[in-house]
Amino acid sequence: MSEGFRLSAGRSEPPLLIAGGTLVDPVARKQRKADVLVRDGVIAAIDAGISAQLPRRGVATIQRVDATGFLVTPGLVDMHVHLREPGYEYKETIATGARAAVAGGVTSVACMANTKPVNDSPAVTRFILERAHAAQLAKVFPIGALSVGLAGAQLAPFAGMYEAGIIAISDDGHAVSDAELMRRALECAKMFGMPVIDHAEDRALAAGGLMHEGAVSLRLGLRGVPSAAEDVMVARDIALASLTGGHLHVAHISSAGAVGMVRRARAAGVHVTAEVSPHHLWLTDEAVVGYNTNAKMAPPLRSESDRQALREALADGTIDCIATDHAPHHRDEKDVEFEQAANGVVGLETLLPLTLRLVDERVLDLPTAIAKITSEPAAILGLPVGTLDVGRAADLTVIDPTLEWTVAAPELLTKSKNTPFDGWTMRGRAVLTMVDGRVVHDLRGEGEAPRRARAEVRA
Amino acid sequence: MLFARPHLIGLEGLSAEEITFLLDTAESFKEVSEREIKKVPALRGRTVVNLFFEGSTRTRTSFEIAAKRLSADTVSLSAQASSASKGETLTDTARNLAAMGPDAIVVRHPSSGAPDLLARHVDCPIINAGDGAHEHPTQALLDLLTIREHKGQIAGLTVAIVGDLLHSRVARSNLFGLLTMGAKVRFVGPPTLVPRQFADLGAELVCDLHEGLKGVDVIMMLRIQRERMNGRYFSSLDEYSRLYCLSADAVARAKSDVIILHPGPMNRGVEISSTVADGPYSVIMDQVTNGVAVRMAVLYVLVGRRKAALDDAAADDGPAIDAAVRPLALAELPAKRAATGE
Repeated sequence: MSEGFRLSAGRSEPPLLIAGGTLVDPVARKQRKADVLVRDGVIAAIDAGISAQLPRRGVATIQRVDATGFLVTPGLVDMHVHLREPGYEYKETIATGARAAVAGGVTSVACMANTKPVNDSPAVTRFILERAHAAQLAKVFPIGALSVGLAGAQLAPFAGMYEAGIIAISDDGHAVSDAELMRRALECAKMFGMPVIDHAEDRALAAGGLMHEGAVSLRLGLRGVPSAAEDVMVARDIALASLTGGHLHVAHISSAGAVGMVRRARAAGVHVTAEVSPHHLWLTDEAVVGYNTNAKMAPPLRSESDRQALREALADGTIDCIATDHAPHHRDEKDVEFEQAANGVVGLETLLPLTLRLVDERVLDLPTAIAKITSEPAAILGLPVGTLDVGRAADLTVIDPTLEWTVAAPELLTKSKNTPFDGWTMRGRAVLTMVDGRVVHDLRGEGEAPRRARAEVRA
Repeated sequence: MLFARPHLIGLEGLSAEEITFLLDTAESFKEVSEREIKKVPALRGRTVVNLFFEGSTRTRTSFEIAAKRLSADTVSLSAQASSASKGETLTDTARNLAAMGPDAIVVRHPSSGAPDLLARHVDCPIINAGDGAHEHPTQALLDLLTIREHKGQIAGLTVAIVGDLLHSRVARSNLFGLLTMGAKVRFVGPPTLVPRQFADLGAELVCDLHEGLKGVDVIMMLRIQRERMNGRYFSSLDEYSRLYCLSADAVARAKSDVIILHPGPMNRGVEISSTVADGPYSVIMDQVTNGVAVRMAVLYVLVGRRKAALDDAAADDGPAIDAAVRPLALAELPAKRAATGE
């Protein structure tokens, strides 16, 4: 073991010890007290009492993070994010999105292809990766378009984009209406071991729809999108996954009907996975009352019975993971008539506390909750992140599970402030986030300065 | 205070007392419209902006006449509804208007919720003159007033609303108002235009016209938008008419003293036969007359209170807000105004 403790001289980054925390292992689904030693950007050792074994002298170059009372987890993985760059930098850039990610404890994001230009070419994929590298914050994994220009007509160049670095295929935001194109996409993506991420929505049924179709949409006089719009598409795509043997991943699943179909398909051995967004777990169509445009997204917030079905499916494993569908929009795109408001909400900075709240509400146990935002999404995409293994990149999140804070939209680090959770009191926050052993977010000590300042003013 | 709300966006959520107060106030204003000089100085020096993003003859004229009979200055604007690609946003329009200091903005807009958006950006009363498929509160108030005049009271009545319920703001406002006032509401129309979830809002749903009219006290016909009968909601206008045109035969299913309302403009021979529209049960012209009175009441209550509040701010011994908005007895208004020298 001492081998692991040898400190290599001459490194610019000194080794770092996260001591005294409770490790949450999402793969073993266990938690235990242990220290984590990080060196050269990787997890060098995990054990109880590393701290005690370290020599007292000559370790001045070891940084220590006191994690007593904190949780230590793999860095969170959000497999559904819109980073808006290139093309919509006024909403978000890769740098601002990555900044918001690490502030929320998220160290890996998969970004959707609906940029301008669309990520339907190796050149755009490489551009995204270069920008992400320059930002030096969260790891960014691009998702390639399924069809050229998201137009739903012709397959995008999967091979070239795969070589450039994409990790999945999706026309997210645009349903693939052509069943034959979806079939071919599943077949082609399979060659590269990539999932096809399905924005499941029947366009004819959803046409003109502004919110979930039900009593609330009737009350508000807003055109509805029936749950059936999602159900028929999920049914179709499960049939196509079964036909092709491809990997279908249902994005932002929202209806009880679709959940039931995924459950049955999995039992029948079809390769289907699914994600749910925090807003569908926490909000219903009632949130639209008052024409709240921050409650407008696709798929729409659905009924209470849908919400309960999503929670059950998350607990029984039918839904593999939670992904935010972080969709930043400028204020001017939300402060308009409901009909004209852009679809989507931001989520990177509220993913962690909302997931922890599922533990408080006894929907999930803690290790399972953490798995839903680390190892599970990583496994769906085949990413080498999201687990606590010696030798793996040191992407870690240290969480204060008891820290209470109130979401204040203007204070979010994402460039856009369109959160439906403004004003919510949250419990639990990432106090330190590390990517490849580098601290990219550190809340420790924050709060001291303002307190001091106030004290000085009073004096 | 009987009506303390800053705006009138819809009837949903109003109490029976609040609705009754508005109806009583409207009733007292009807007398003004019967005089030779149809004008009172209640809102002299106040400015009412009519902001119409959607075509309207009846409602707009009615609001204008109502404001003028209260001696308010009126400005009417026809505007194009904003689009994401061109033109000024509704928010900017609202801010610009607000900067000119109007005392009320009457707004009609094709998007449901537009008055809510306006109300968030301006500090004067917003009066909804119809937003999308959401609400048209003054229409429902004039319907309620007409029903009350003819039936004595609203509680206990059964009202059938017939036609395109899905797209109708008139139907929604009436549903909320009628249920609050203790009436039963039946929605009559084909399933494409009467979604099942309307039952969750308290309406009884009936598909067949003759069945739906059985024993009702009031029939409210809705206007059919010809462009919607394009083969998606219904095969054709003819098909619709075959099943849902209000004929004398159909009316015979209702109570013998039934009254028939229509918010206008009517499609004669489509949703209502001329025989019925011009027949003895029709109270359609009463509705139009009551429209002016109802809008006078709403303007008076919302703007008059504001005026009183402003006056209060100017002079500590000004009239109390409560006094300014209490319902006026039928004969009281001219005398009261003479006494205060207005």
